[in-house]
This record gives sequence, structure tokens and C-alpha cells, in this order.
Amino acid sequence: MTTAPAQAGWRFRQPSVIPGFGLTLGFSLAYLTLIILIPLSGLVWRSAALGWTDFWAIVADRRTINALEISFGTAFAAAAVNVVFGTLVAWVLVRYRFPGRRIVDAMVDLPFALPTAVAGIALTTLYAPNGWIGKLLMPLGIKVAYTPLGIVIALVFIGLPFVVRTVQPIMEEIDKEVEEAAATLGASRFQIITRILFPGLAPAIVTGFSLAFARGVGEYGSVIFIAGNLPFKSEIAPLLIVIRLEEYNYPAATAIAAIMLALSFLMLLVINLVQSWSRKRYG
Amino acid sequence: MADPEIKSYEPHHESQSAAVTESRPVRAVLMAVAFAFLGVFLLLPLIVVFNEALAKGVGAYTEALSSPDTRSAIRLTLLVAAISVPLNIVFGISAAWAIAKFEFKGKAFLTTLIDLPFSVSPVISGLVYVLLFGAQGLLGGWLKAHGIVILFAVPGIVLATVFVTFPFVARELIPLMQEQGNGDEEAALSLGANGWQTFWYVTLPNVKWGLLYGVLLCNARAMGEFGAVSVVSGHIRGLTNTMPLHVEILYNEYNAVGAFAVASLLAGLALVTLVLKTLLEMRYGAEIAATRGH
Repeated sequence: MTTAPAQAGWRFRQPSVIPGFGLTLGFSLAYLTLIILIPLSGLVWRSAALGWTDFWAIVADRRTINALEISFGTAFAAAAVNVVFGTLVAWVLVRYRFPGRRIVDAMVDLPFALPTAVAGIALTTLYAPNGWIGKLLMPLGIKVAYTPLGIVIALVFIGLPFVVRTVQPIMEEIDKEVEEAAATLGASRFQIITRILFPGLAPAIVTGFSLAFARGVGEYGSVIFIAGNLPFKSEIAPLLIVIRLEEYNYPAATAIAAIMLALSFLMLLVINLVQSWSRKRYG
Repeated sequence: MADPEIKSYEPHHESQSAAVTESRPVRAVLMAVAFAFLGVFLLLPLIVVFNEALAKGVGAYTEALSSPDTRSAIRLTLLVAAISVPLNIVFGISAAWAIAKFEFKGKAFLTTLIDLPFSVSPVISGLVYVLLFGAQGLLGGWLKAHGIVILFAVPGIVLATVFVTFPFVARELIPLMQEQGNGDEEAALSLGANGWQTFWYVTLPNVKWGLLYGVLLCNARAMGEFGAVSVVSGHIRGLTNTMPLHVEILYNEYNAVGAFAVASLLAGLALVTLVLKTLLEMRYGAEIAATRGH
């Protein structure tokens, strides 16, 4: 780090002998503005131009509300499943030694690397009534493909690495000595896990949950194949945006996108608050 | 990131007291549940892709891959990645240089903005360009008057891809360059190197593995992006269909072998990406920033 003598007064940047500040910051800002900020503010501008009544009429539409409920509900369920199994997978990867651990560890990132459309058709084929897993679930009366349950399955696939990769590094950092100390003081393994390990992991688990949740809410590619896409039943909000666009109903597409963005940011804010609370509580 | 060298010195759990690890049966159950979960959710989908692609034999597979529409989809995907990945490399290096090498006001905010595309639904990433360049869009009329086509053509697809892959290189390089500090660059400069030489001979070699790591992830997403590209592409066969979009079209036409044949190429790309990524993490773990995943 460059350390410059403290100067009185406000300055935009601290002096440094390294050249290229103006060039790189200027280019980065220009590129960021052109690619991200102008297009995104276009969305905000267009939805503001709708006016409150029109905006509300679109958002309060039964089909829009159902789509939002399905998107947020399934993403929440999938993130909850991932918290349980993702933490377990992270635990097994960090604490246990077994042959092929590296390969299993690398496999966890598959959902990041596999294009969502490929995941979508593969999962649909698996869970269709004549698919490998669908066939087993059929006699039990469980239908996965073309139902909201199918959406949850797709989102579990998409969200898994978010939980594992957030929890894993924190688990690796846990000091074994604390556990040993607790054990010598007579704590049972269960007590150690619930009272010592879990509180330390809680903030990471919450972060993993929120990342998986946020990704699940916006997910499109893997879901549309398995969802069946029945309006009011298994139609997700991003798909409704696409449908409105195909109808050239730009105002509706814009309004749904705006409300999705607003809800996502609100959710991230709440989760951030929960996180800072849990950090203080369990710090 | 944990160093594999150090890891191998960890004591084996067999030799530890029961109090700091789970009992053998509990361990076995936990591992079985974890493997079953990973098997069902990760391994089976991967196997299904190749199984379905080869369901009617190798002949049908190669035939599906040699159809003109598939070929043009492959060409378009390669073209889009070849344009958008270098753009984001230049941006990533530039942003990392500005953010990691200097202290300035608003730096944290800028870093947050760079991550913004990750929290936007891919469909919305496409939508914003439709609102900007579409017929009813803000610039639609002007573009039409000047005969410039962006939407439902290659430029739109490139823009949408650049949007969704925007943060990959930057968010890999920023923490890495911050960690490395300015010492090497200051030494080079004091020895008379100019700025460009310092970057090319000092900084770039220092961050090359981290850069490669970011490029790898950026490329995988660029070639596999579906939602954003789907919104801006217009789905014109042979013209604006990328590989993931072509998978969808073939699948919806009940051409399972065709769809899964193209999907198998993308799955192969994902596997190659994972292998290279793992190799980079194993060999150059210390030279890659500690940000894993997404």
C-alpha cells in the first residue's frame, strides 16, 4: 500500500508514484456507465414514466403477483434446502478425508460452470414421469417435473455452490483448539457443534442462504424447462417478463422487472441487517 | 484459500479423540447423505446429458452436430465469447489497477457497482437493452433512422453477454492486486521503468494465474449464458442463435438427440473449465485471490 503523509483538507485521492490513475479510472468508469449504469437507469426511468396508477395496476395484477410469489417462494425453499445440505457437504469436505475428495470438491462448482439451459433440460429429463428419478417418484404419487416442486429442484441445483463456497472457507478457519478445550471441559460433541461451531458459522450460512436465494429469484434458464410454465401455478416472474416482451407490452415487462429489482434489493438489505445482528450476537 | 501443502500435514481423524470429531457411524451416515445428495443433484444431470446425446448411437450424435444450424450456433457462440471476454479482460485489468493501486474516495462504492450484474436477473439484463435499443426504446428511433441494428443481431447478443460476465475478471484481480501491494511496482518505477513497462513486466506476471482464473470463469459464463441472450437475440435460426438458445429450440421441437448433442458440447466445456480451475487452485492457490466460485 502506498502511504502518503497525511495532508490537511479533502482530497479525492492520496498521492502515489504509480502512474495511470486517470486513464484506468476514467476508462473503468466510462465502461461501467455505458454497459451497466445507463441501461439500468433506463429501466428505472421507464418504470417511473409509467406513473403510479399504471405501475400499480400491472404489479397488482393477479398473474404478476402469482409469478412473484412463485419466484420468491421457490427460491426461499431451495435456499433453505441448500443451507442444510450445503453446510453438510462443506462439513464433509472440510473435516473428513476420503479418496477423491478433490474431485468431489471440484464437482461442487458444476452449477457455476454448466450453462443453465443444459441443466434445465437435463433435470427435466431426469424428473419427467418416464425419467430415471421421475419413474421412482411416480408410484409415490410425487410429481416433480412441470410443477412448482420442479422449480425448487432446479433452484437447489443452481444455488448449492453458493452455500458450500461461502461456508467452506469459514469452516476451514475454525480453530480446532477451541473444540478440544470444550471437549476437555466435558462438553459433548452435540454441545460443541450447537454451542461452539454453529454460532461461528451462522453469519456465513446466512450469507450463503442470501446468495442462493437472490440467484434463485432471478434464475431463468434452468427453470423454464422443468416448470411447465402454467400461468398462476408454475410461472416464474422472469418468464412473465419475457412473455410480456414477446407481446410487445414493454410497460408491463418494465414494471415487473422494476418490482423484482426493488424486492431483491430490499431482501438483501434485510439479510444484511440480520447478518450484522448475528455477527454482533455470535461475533 | 488453504494451501494443499499445509493440508497434508493435518493429523488424520482416525487418530483423534471422539470428542473433536463425530463417531465412525455418524461420520459414515453424514458422508453417505452428502454423497447421495451430490450424486442426485450434480452427477446424475451430467450423466443424463451424455446418455441422451448418445441414446441413438454415435452416428446420430455426430449427424446432429454437423447440421448447418448447429454449426452456425457454435460459430456464433465462439464469436460472441471472442468479443465479450477480451472486452471484460481490458475492463477488469483497468478497474483492478485503479482500485487496487490507489486510494481514492468512493472506492468501496465503485467496487459494489462492479458486482451489480450478479444481483440482476439475466432476463432483466437483456430487458434493459431492449428498452434502450428496441423499436419502442429510448434510442430505437435514432438507430433506425441511421440504419444501425443492435437488437436481434450480434451486437445485442455481445452487449448482453458483456453485461452478465462484467464482474468476473475484475472481482478476481482486485483482491489479488490489493493483497500484493505496490512494492514491486514502486521498485520498478524507481529503477526507471515507465508505467507501461511496469505493468507489462512486473504487474502482469504477478497476477497472470489469477487473471487466467477470472478469464476461465468469464468465458464459461459467456459461452453458456441463456436468459439475457435469449431476450435480445430474436431466435433467428442460423443467424442469432447461440448454442444455449439452439439447445432450447431443438428441445422444444422434441429433437432430444440434437438438443442433448449440443448440450453435451456445453457440458464438456463446463468440465474442462472445472478441471482447469481445479488445477489452477491446486498449483497456484497462493497466487489466486481467495474468492472462490461465482
